[in-house]
Amino acid sequence: MVAFTLNGRRVSVRTEPSTPLLWAVREHLKLTGTKYGCGAGLCGACTVHVNGKAVKSCQTQMSDVEGARVITIEGLSNDGSHPLQKAFIAEQVPQCGYCQSGQIMKAAELLAKNPKPSRDQIVAHMNGNICRCGTYNRIVAAIQRASKEG
Amino acid sequence: MTKMTSLENLASLGNKVSRRGFLKGAGGLTFAVSMGAGGVKFLTPKEAKALAGHTDMSAWVRISPDNTITILTPGAEMGQGSMTSVPLMLAEEMDADWNLVHLEFAPAEPKIYGYTRKRRGRMTTSMAIVGSRAVMMYYKPMRMAGAQVRKVLMQNAAKKWGVPVSQVRTEPNVVIGPGGKRLTYGEIAGFAKVPAILPKVLASELKKPRDFRLIGKSLPRRDLPAKVDGSAKFSIDVMLPGMVYASTVHSPVQGAKPLSWNEAKLKKLKGFIGTVKLKQGVAVIADNFEHVMAARTELEVKWSKAKAAGYNSVEALEKDYPKMSADPKTKAKKIEALGDVDKAFASAAKTYQAEYRCDYGYHAQMEPLNAVARVNGAGTQMEIWEGTQAPGRSRSMIAKALGFKTGQVIHHQMYMGGGFGRRSRTDYTIEAALISQKIKRPVKMIWTREEDINYGMFRPQSFQHLEGALDGSGKLVGWKHSVIGDGRRLLSGGAKIKKYYKVANQLIVEKKAGKHGIRTKHWRAVAHVFNVYAIESLIDEMAAAQGMDPLEFRLKNVSLTGKARRVLSKVAEMSNWKAKRPAGRALGLSMTERSGSLGAEVAEVSVDRKTGKIRVHKVWAAIDGGLIVQPEAARCNVESGVHYGLSSVLKERATIKGGAVEQSNFHDYHVLRMADAPEEIHVEFLDRPTRPTGLGEIGNPGIGAAVANGFHALTGKRLYHMPFTPDRVKAALKS
Repeated sequence: MVAFTLNGRRVSVRTEPSTPLLWAVREHLKLTGTKYGCGAGLCGACTVHVNGKAVKSCQTQMSDVEGARVITIEGLSNDGSHPLQKAFIAEQVPQCGYCQSGQIMKAAELLAKNPKPSRDQIVAHMNGNICRCGTYNRIVAAIQRASKEG
Repeated sequence: MTKMTSLENLASLGNKVSRRGFLKGAGGLTFAVSMGAGGVKFLTPKEAKALAGHTDMSAWVRISPDNTITILTPGAEMGQGSMTSVPLMLAEEMDADWNLVHLEFAPAEPKIYGYTRKRRGRMTTSMAIVGSRAVMMYYKPMRMAGAQVRKVLMQNAAKKWGVPVSQVRTEPNVVIGPGGKRLTYGEIAGFAKVPAILPKVLASELKKPRDFRLIGKSLPRRDLPAKVDGSAKFSIDVMLPGMVYASTVHSPVQGAKPLSWNEAKLKKLKGFIGTVKLKQGVAVIADNFEHVMAARTELEVKWSKAKAAGYNSVEALEKDYPKMSADPKTKAKKIEALGDVDKAFASAAKTYQAEYRCDYGYHAQMEPLNAVARVNGAGTQMEIWEGTQAPGRSRSMIAKALGFKTGQVIHHQMYMGGGFGRRSRTDYTIEAALISQKIKRPVKMIWTREEDINYGMFRPQSFQHLEGALDGSGKLVGWKHSVIGDGRRLLSGGAKIKKYYKVANQLIVEKKAGKHGIRTKHWRAVAHVFNVYAIESLIDEMAAAQGMDPLEFRLKNVSLTGKARRVLSKVAEMSNWKAKRPAGRALGLSMTERSGSLGAEVAEVSVDRKTGKIRVHKVWAAIDGGLIVQPEAARCNVESGVHYGLSSVLKERATIKGGAVEQSNFHDYHVLRMADAPEEIHVEFLDRPTRPTGLGEIGNPGIGAAVANGFHALTGKRLYHMPFTPDRVKAALKS
């Protein structure tokens, strides 16, 4: 049994300590906005925040999150009103949408520590998150917009 | 009244709205439809009643007294936006208020919701969203259907007011009569009847483009709000009571069958439920996915021998294909034969030839293949949740695999986390269905990323030999193109050049390399990727040999179609073709056609000579796609095509050794990342008032030659093997 805070609520899950946080969040706790893409920390689709830091939940074991604060895309805002969520719609970023939760969570980490990132800083920060539909330019534009309007 | 749940807001898709419920919906106006030779046809109430409950009838549009309109969308959604664009065309002619329109995925019934096309001499219906077809194929039938709904509404209002129908008109969601009388569509739905004889709509009665309120305007895509808050449901997100988890392990050597495995050892694992033998794999089943993963790791399978075991792709491409290509005894299928090629080459002033290679490509859609299946207690019905590009075909294939009739399969369409041609084949969903049938429980079956690659279906690798002949004045008069590889009907697309280059003497052939036992499949524009790369590279090479600018060569020495001239001129203007570039950068030009559209692309490239890494800084694309239904979504499609194409051009390479795919995840199957993406992509449409043509893939095929030609402009060297990996680039620089 592992207990932690998920999107502001205390939860406990019956899993092995080695279970990836990804499967606990998705399949045990049924918050499916966090996605499985590669299972090897290579694509970023499973990005969530643990204690304010963006991590790949497929590479994070349940034993690592005991007592931690975990935020998933469902907890980024109550109503899709986070500046990044608004900006991603304004720039019509998502296509298939599958990588977008991870992209937004990764970008949210950046804006939290660097509210006015340069283009190069955005690219360096986001390079671990793959988008196969090729929305990269629009992701950059959306992060810049959120940075300005946020 | 049944409250329709709109697709875009569905939190738990177990799609609550049955077809029958949709039809019955209390108090509203429902338009039942069937598919005729001419496309969508609304049924009269009498016909609808006669067919009630029959699978060949269903509803397409429902107007509720509260003014909400529900339209079923056949636009399978994998990111291209057709879920929105297709029903929007119906709403346009209906004069619906788009804000009041809710969308739902149409059921997997191609006879009702499919488009009609000629296939091998016969008219067939299909819901397959492939080859950039959605908007193109549904444009006419959706508009006609919308116009028919509008006429029924107008007739009902006119009758109520006692005025001739010629005296009423519509504004969005309202019929307006003499003296400013108004009735909303919802109000009309409260009393109206669908007439016994449905009004006919002539093509001349459809809206003129100047009157469009929705088409040609960029409206927000309906799926996006759910895609930024995590609520959009893909099949991998489906949860069912009592559901268990499964994953299939396929043979590393493609095509081998499982003979035996270590079930006894697996039984000791926590949460393990069982295994199911499948044709080309073993499915392991457990109570949760982490236990499935543990069982996958422990599973040891003895596999049968397979044909592919002796196959090495690098050897085939380097040695066998060139030999077979040159051998006159190799069977060749004519793709195009015009004029007298032998004579043209014999009398030519100059001839040129080159060979091009391209490696296997993997789809790498972000959502690994998966499906959810639930058999009923009696074992007589299978319910399926999957994201598919071809719901109709998938449903019937699943039924066939289960020994069921199509009607015994209930199919729920979900969002697709990428398709790119992979999700028009339903092999993974069939596995889920067979597992559920066997274990008599609901199951979520997920292939791991490694499985998705290992048991992938690939864009075939190819070898090409091209020749061009110029006459005394430098005009292109002869053209030969031979493409060889393994891939059923996947080799020759894009090899024909007559939609842009009118060369009098041509011989284009496809040669079969024989079957290797490797699964091949459509892959966003498929053969266009390697054929267009080869064609446009040789054109550039001939231009350079004449000491001519490649744009000027195309304009002066190649007989162009009007469309080709227009897109070339446009892209030259957009990119400021003649202008000097920053130091270390150069431009490359390419053309391509795909799915009725024509495009010209320019890439601005640089190269790091030490690392061999090519960077593409800017891309300009001028596209003739006919009338553009949703400009912003269309631009996104082209930008996406450029990215997807560039990923394949610079990085993607699948190789097969001893019948096994050598790559296993994103650490060795490299795809384009943000740092590799162009800083700018500029897309413009010529936007002509002809019917819309395909845009989902047009951005993709031209980018290979644009990059290779830019590399030549920069370095004087040619790239003959795609992808242009650092090693190949360094070798080219040294050559």
